[in-house]
Amino acid sequence: MNDMTTETFSFDDVSEAKIPGIIAKYPAGRQASAVMPLLDLVQRQMARLTDHAWVPRAAMDVVADRLAMPRMRVYEVATFYTMFHLKPVQKFHLQVCTTTPCWLRGSDAVLDACRHAVATHGDMFSMEELECVGACVNAPVLVINDDYYEDLDGARTEALLEAFRRGDAPKPGSTIGRQNSAPEGGRTTLFADVTKHDTGADS
Amino acid sequence: MPKVTVDGIELEVPNGFTVLQAAEAAGKEIPRFCYHDRLSIAGNCRMCLVEIEKMPKPVASCGQPVGEGMVIFTDTEKVRQSRRNVMEFLLINHPLDCPICDQGGECDLQDEAVGYGRDHTRYHENKRAVTDKNFGPLVKTVMTRCIQCTRCVRFLSEVAGVPELGATSRGETMEITNYVERGLTSELSGNIIDLCPVGALTAKPYAFVARTWELRKTDSIDVFDAVGTNIRIDARGSEVLRVLPRINDAVNEEWLADKSRFAIDGLKRKRLDRPWIRQNGKLQPATWDAALSAVVARLNGAEPGRIGAIAGNLCDAESMMALKDLLVGLGSPNFDCRQDGAVLDAGNRALYLFNTTIEGIDEADAVLFVGVDPRREAPVLNARIRRRWVENTGFVAGLIGPYADITYGCTHLGEDGAALRALLDPAHEFTVKLAAAKKPLVIIGQQALARPDGAAVFAACWQIAEAAGALTADWQGFNVLHNAAARVGGLDLGFVPADGGKDVAGMVAGGVDVLWLLGADEIDMAALPPDVFVIYQGHHGDRGAARADIILPGAAYTEKPGTYVNTEGRMQLAQRAIFPPGEAREDWTILRAVSALVSKPLPYDDIEALRQRMGEANPVFASPDTVRRIAPQVGLTPKGDSGQLSDAKFTAAFATYYQTDPISRASPTMAKCVTDILPPAMPAPVQQAAE
Repeated sequence: MNDMTTETFSFDDVSEAKIPGIIAKYPAGRQASAVMPLLDLVQRQMARLTDHAWVPRAAMDVVADRLAMPRMRVYEVATFYTMFHLKPVQKFHLQVCTTTPCWLRGSDAVLDACRHAVATHGDMFSMEELECVGACVNAPVLVINDDYYEDLDGARTEALLEAFRRGDAPKPGSTIGRQNSAPEGGRTTLFADVTKHDTGADS
Repeated sequence: MPKVTVDGIELEVPNGFTVLQAAEAAGKEIPRFCYHDRLSIAGNCRMCLVEIEKMPKPVASCGQPVGEGMVIFTDTEKVRQSRRNVMEFLLINHPLDCPICDQGGECDLQDEAVGYGRDHTRYHENKRAVTDKNFGPLVKTVMTRCIQCTRCVRFLSEVAGVPELGATSRGETMEITNYVERGLTSELSGNIIDLCPVGALTAKPYAFVARTWELRKTDSIDVFDAVGTNIRIDARGSEVLRVLPRINDAVNEEWLADKSRFAIDGLKRKRLDRPWIRQNGKLQPATWDAALSAVVARLNGAEPGRIGAIAGNLCDAESMMALKDLLVGLGSPNFDCRQDGAVLDAGNRALYLFNTTIEGIDEADAVLFVGVDPRREAPVLNARIRRRWVENTGFVAGLIGPYADITYGCTHLGEDGAALRALLDPAHEFTVKLAAAKKPLVIIGQQALARPDGAAVFAACWQIAEAAGALTADWQGFNVLHNAAARVGGLDLGFVPADGGKDVAGMVAGGVDVLWLLGADEIDMAALPPDVFVIYQGHHGDRGAARADIILPGAAYTEKPGTYVNTEGRMQLAQRAIFPPGEAREDWTILRAVSALVSKPLPYDDIEALRQRMGEANPVFASPDTVRRIAPQVGLTPKGDSGQLSDAKFTAAFATYYQTDPISRASPTMAKCVTDILPPAMPAPVQQAAE
């Protein structure tokens, strides 16, 4: 099977099962459009099988050959997007948003907590800084693998990472219990009973 | 036809013209780095900004189509200021190493910076440094100089058909790379050196060798394949330092194959710079007098019918004319220029030329290759066919021969004679496609004709062409693709056995006592009986010289004025760039001297008279650089019988593209290409789906 040292890559049965569906989304002759989903599939397969989500070059070649496109074109796509990891990352890849809204709301503390985790448990955590991940309302935000953890501060980040280290699966989303992007402490508007509002549609 | 006004000049331009093209048509020069008229439009350098009336901002003229009534300004203060700003951005990360840059003196960026550059920089941050890449033994990279115009990327994907370069990452970390750090596998890779507007891609063998203003530039013709690529030879003193393509839209456009560009270092090695005579089994240096008298003694002593001559692949027509006249004067009918033994009928030009002409390829919509690897035997010509495939979605290509990735979708129809015979069946899938095409090409290679059943192969191809409608009054689609620069010239001069004469095979098998090899190195020297007296006239100590009893040192193609006829029958003149080394002489003068010594003096004393003689031998030699498209003659049928076709496999013309002749075999650069350029990393091309 694939591990971090192999020079070869092949899709396993789980991935293979998904490929026809992905390619079928694109018009005939335009199958090269499936390059990004397939690279994502590679990264997920690597995560599943080796705990390290990344895209080895051998896998890019496999994707290129599968989609009958020049290998160079796949390298271009894979290097363009930072979401494709070209080197192995650890099981929990911490992506800290440090763009202005998160930074104003205290991303420095989150960053420190993550740095500490990587320094002490580098075999479990790896990290990178991201530009805005689009969740400014719940800043500061930490993305761990596929999930957003929001409204963090230093202590909550440390607790969160400790939970991951123990093997728990903390619930994604706000860490202060707010619902989605609703205001902290509950709603502040729309108290009236909107169900009685006459829309005029039935009359 | 929209009417536009460029700087006050009103003109009408064709539909689909860009603003840049319109400005050029009006005689206005627009600076550009990424735009190239033979590549797709990228629009990423922004240097070609112009002002257009009613448009709020300056517009990149290369990508802007013209509109009716457009008023274009190419030289306003706003335009100049915009270009200065673009230049400032381009120079932010460009190193100031022009004094040690090989592009210096012929650099687009340098030239434009004179007009649009600032005299100082406002940028105080560190410049970006980029790691150099490994593009193989031919192309040197200094990637920090790259301004990311992507011409090289576009050339390799679009023209060369080997998409091995790309731009990885983005923003400030964007790099042009092949990612895998392996040499480029294209036979046209040298062209990206010419295309690069800065010094990021330069010629590796030419690194730090010379400055462009030191070089003497001579127009010449390439001899490494039969395309007749127009070249410019750059020399300094007695050395050829580089070869560049000249633009000739009818032949090579502006491309040049790698072997033609880089094999020139072979011109300085293994040269024959003095006569040699074999004494007691060993070659000893000799004087011209001694060598010529030995030759004369041998020729006088031989029975005329037992003297033979074979002309090689790189010969100029002048020397072949002189050699033929000498042989005829001596009374010998044994001369042949078809070193590979290809069965070619010199009696009718339509039977040995690329009849469609190279320009005619631009009309074709289907092609069948028989026993030819166009990518390696004629890379520039193959790029032209490839363009048809790119432009024309219905283009059908098929190949019979050893499988070769020819850089575009091509159905491999088989490797042997049986596959060819199958095409004679009108119901064969590919034959149907070929017949459905309006202007099909049938291209037959030398290896297909050099077989014992070459005449049958020829006849079969002729039949297929006829059935496909390639031999009608307005479309001649039957083509012989040569791979030797001298061949068509030799056939035009009738350098084929006269009545009762022996051909190459006959001569090699011992049909002659004295054999004159004019640069002929590709025959089987081991098969020559040991008692055959071999006179080798040529420029390199290669196979022929190793077997020779007397060596007469001649001139290479750069060292003599010469006439070459390319595969489509275009006669072109090459000039002398440098003089032959040492005591070597122009080849026809050697033959003229011998003729006088055997008392059969040739009737010409200078090259003009010799060329006049050639013009009398064949009017082709009286009209340089013209090509006539020959309409198929009614009732013309080749001599062979397609029924005699054997099942033998077609073979490849060369073991490797990079070493095919005495010059390239002597070239260290070509030797490096053989070892360093690995088999292509690309998978086999996607076969065209059978409809």
